[in-house]
Amino acid sequence: MITGFITIVLIIGLFSSIVYGRKLIKTEKVDAVFGNPERANGGYHWVVAGSCSILLLWLYFSWDIARSFYPNSANELCQVAKVKESVLGINYIFPIEERTLKSTAFIERETKNINKLKSEIEQSTLLNKDKSKLTQFLKDIELMIISLADGKNLGPEVKNEVNVIAKKITLLTKNFQLTNYPPPISAEQEKEALELLKNQASWGATGMEIPPHPETKRGLKFKAASKEMNFIVEEFFQIKNNNPIFLEKSEKIKEEIKNYKDELLENQEMEQRYLRRISKISGRVSRSNIFPSNTLDNVEESVVEFDRAQKKEQGSLKVIDTFLFPTGTIVASASGETCSEQGTGRWLPKPTDTLRIFLHLLKPSEGYKNFPMLWYEMKGVNQMVAFITPDWIADIIPGKYPVHSSDGKVKPNFKKTVLDIATGEFKAFSIPIPSGHIWDSFLRVFLGLALGVIAGVPLGLFMGLSRFAKGYFDPVIELYRPVPPLAWAPLIITVFGIDNSGKIFLLFMVSFAIMIVSARAGASGTQLSKIHAAHSLGASKWQILRQVIFPNSLPEILTGIRVAVGVCWGTLVAAEFLAGTTGIGFVENVARKYMQYEHIWITIFVMGMLGMIFDLAMRWIIKKTIPWRGKG
Amino acid sequence: MSNLVSDKLNMIFKSPKGEIVHALKDISFSLKKGELMTVLGPSGCGKTTLLNIIAGFLRPTDGKIILGEKEINGPGVERGMVFQQGALFEWLTVAENVNFGLRMRKENKIETAKKVEEWLDIVGLQGFGNTPTYQLSGGMQQRVALARCLINNPDLILMDEPLGALDALTREKMQSLVLKIWKETGKTIILITHSVEEALLLGERLYVMAPRPGRIHKEYKLPFASMGLKGDLREIKNNEEFVSKREEILTMIWDMEEEIMGKEI
Repeated sequence: MITGFITIVLIIGLFSSIVYGRKLIKTEKVDAVFGNPERANGGYHWVVAGSCSILLLWLYFSWDIARSFYPNSANELCQVAKVKESVLGINYIFPIEERTLKSTAFIERETKNINKLKSEIEQSTLLNKDKSKLTQFLKDIELMIISLADGKNLGPEVKNEVNVIAKKITLLTKNFQLTNYPPPISAEQEKEALELLKNQASWGATGMEIPPHPETKRGLKFKAASKEMNFIVEEFFQIKNNNPIFLEKSEKIKEEIKNYKDELLENQEMEQRYLRRISKISGRVSRSNIFPSNTLDNVEESVVEFDRAQKKEQGSLKVIDTFLFPTGTIVASASGETCSEQGTGRWLPKPTDTLRIFLHLLKPSEGYKNFPMLWYEMKGVNQMVAFITPDWIADIIPGKYPVHSSDGKVKPNFKKTVLDIATGEFKAFSIPIPSGHIWDSFLRVFLGLALGVIAGVPLGLFMGLSRFAKGYFDPVIELYRPVPPLAWAPLIITVFGIDNSGKIFLLFMVSFAIMIVSARAGASGTQLSKIHAAHSLGASKWQILRQVIFPNSLPEILTGIRVAVGVCWGTLVAAEFLAGTTGIGFVENVARKYMQYEHIWITIFVMGMLGMIFDLAMRWIIKKTIPWRGKG
Repeated sequence: MSNLVSDKLNMIFKSPKGEIVHALKDISFSLKKGELMTVLGPSGCGKTTLLNIIAGFLRPTDGKIILGEKEINGPGVERGMVFQQGALFEWLTVAENVNFGLRMRKENKIETAKKVEEWLDIVGLQGFGNTPTYQLSGGMQQRVALARCLINNPDLILMDEPLGALDALTREKMQSLVLKIWKETGKTIILITHSVEEALLLGERLYVMAPRPGRIHKEYKLPFASMGLKGDLREIKNNEEFVSKREEILTMIWDMEEEIMGKEI
């Protein structure tokens, strides 16, 4: 219901902003000529129009509009699909689903095979005796086909069975169109059906793609028809055109082939090969169930009639199917028990479902794979101290660690106390620390980037100012920089492990190269007169570096960071795809394995949002720190 | 006495192609304390090279240059420089630019602030202390550059075409400012320009330089700078002597340019 309301609001929003935009164009100042970049300014109504369009497209192609306005349509279409599925077998026999009659197609194909084999045998190096024998087999097979295709050989009982089937289908077609179809069922059966319906989840609920049991009157009608049709089709396929002439020929050829095979010696491989191919063809013909043309005409007519009737009975459902289920529809499984979506509705999740699952994922108690998306956990300060302080600090303190005394007690000394602090073996209060998949990804990018900036900027500046540094470090950096970061990933993950350190190192490598290049460009782009001025104002080398060259390189450095953020973000997600147990890329990778389309879309959306937040933050920082850029 | 003495200064560059360029040849002059010298010449005559050597940014190939008792050997605070484009630090405000030298030498902050006020007053930028420099006009930026240089109280002020990029009106105002500062502080000033009028108007002494190799072509002693201190600059420009000197120098420079062009063809 809410989706329906939102859909209407979106349509109104789209059209009103288009109308507003059209109106604005007419009243716009006339001097705004084409090509003037000022014309691209403003236009927030077009932002509204664009947002509405994309949301509407999403709602439409995910079939969410269909669901909100016609919640029963999928269930009804499922029953229709069951009917279609039930007649599918028969349809394939006639030129309904295929271009030619199944028997015709079979004869065509096998005749081709026989002729090919014939000419092959003719041209082979076999003895004439064998050649004539093998060719005789093929001729016999041709006679088998003729015996089946000839209407004169068809027994009266087969004709009768076919007629019964046609009549049954016609009767079903007639009953199906009646208003009181299906006939009333017993009270017990009705109770059973109601029980089934009560436990049936709705369309798109967790673990339920399409509810399979009919919920409406129309659905019941189609379901009953499909059931009946299934029986008829089964019966139809029992009919075999096995006339006595054919059976006799079939037996005979089997026998002859067997005899000939027994005569063949072990080393007559070519003969055996040909014989195998011949016996395959003869087997296919024996099982073919070819009917003489026109024998099944009345069945075909009745099936076509039935199809017409079921289309007519769909009524408004046909329109809904065409317009609200774009790029596909609901299909039934071969067993006719369950149904599924086929088309965009399958892989494009419905916005409402996505939102519901997103909110579910955001719940700290749920999360994904027992880890929240973004939450906090209480962590002792001692753990953090232990993480920051290396253990060797205690080792380098003079003295020895305490030794136990005779009464079995250990008296700690100063060295031991320091070790306890360095390893976090002390009591401390806890503070909340963010955690979760999103936070982990964010932290990795942040740390990798920060390390890259801290190491890359000084080296880049140095390289921009010193002939030695530029020459010395250039080969290494220029060699590793152009390698796609992901190419390093397998190696780095092997060396540093799948956890944080590997990924942070990978990101460090990425951002380090970018920061070096940008800081170097910034340093070598400093105007000489500024450096001269600083010199004659009495600044020292360090002061010039700190007060002139660094601020002068800031625009390049910040632009470099902005680029690095984007590249790091992309690399991280791919690295999390490869290995790891947390992170937004990990979530997507697992969701991909389980075909959780909603989860995949959620991760894509979260990545987009985080990337955008990173970039907006960088833009804000750039605006605040280097307002002079482009104005010097 | 802090005289500036240049003794047979030679500067030879080697271009990347391997050509040898004689930028300066046997430049010798001496400048008394408190003198204002202007240097004029066609482009490529080595004016800026000379200034860079005096500032200590370049080391001469041969010869030496002495300020007071000390030979110049690298940049120093006693020689302040004003550049053509101001060369301001655009990430700093006006006041931060002006006190840059004092800050670098970690002078007392309160005194520094007082001095900045004073100097902004002198160059006519009262109340602009907190303005970012990128918001200033070209003339104002040059005023900041002047104040930034003068606050260090240098013995010698080097100006490298400081008014070259300004429009005519601003330029005239700035010329009076330079004269005013010269009078009030009594500093030794070397000013490089390619405007004949400016060179005549501001210079007590005027060197006309000639190119290839860069050398001093002619020296003038001029009264206009002291006249300009009292009177109106525009009046001086109409002075008969001024006009005749201007024509003489212009002809001289034209001849030099023609000589070069002839050589090139």
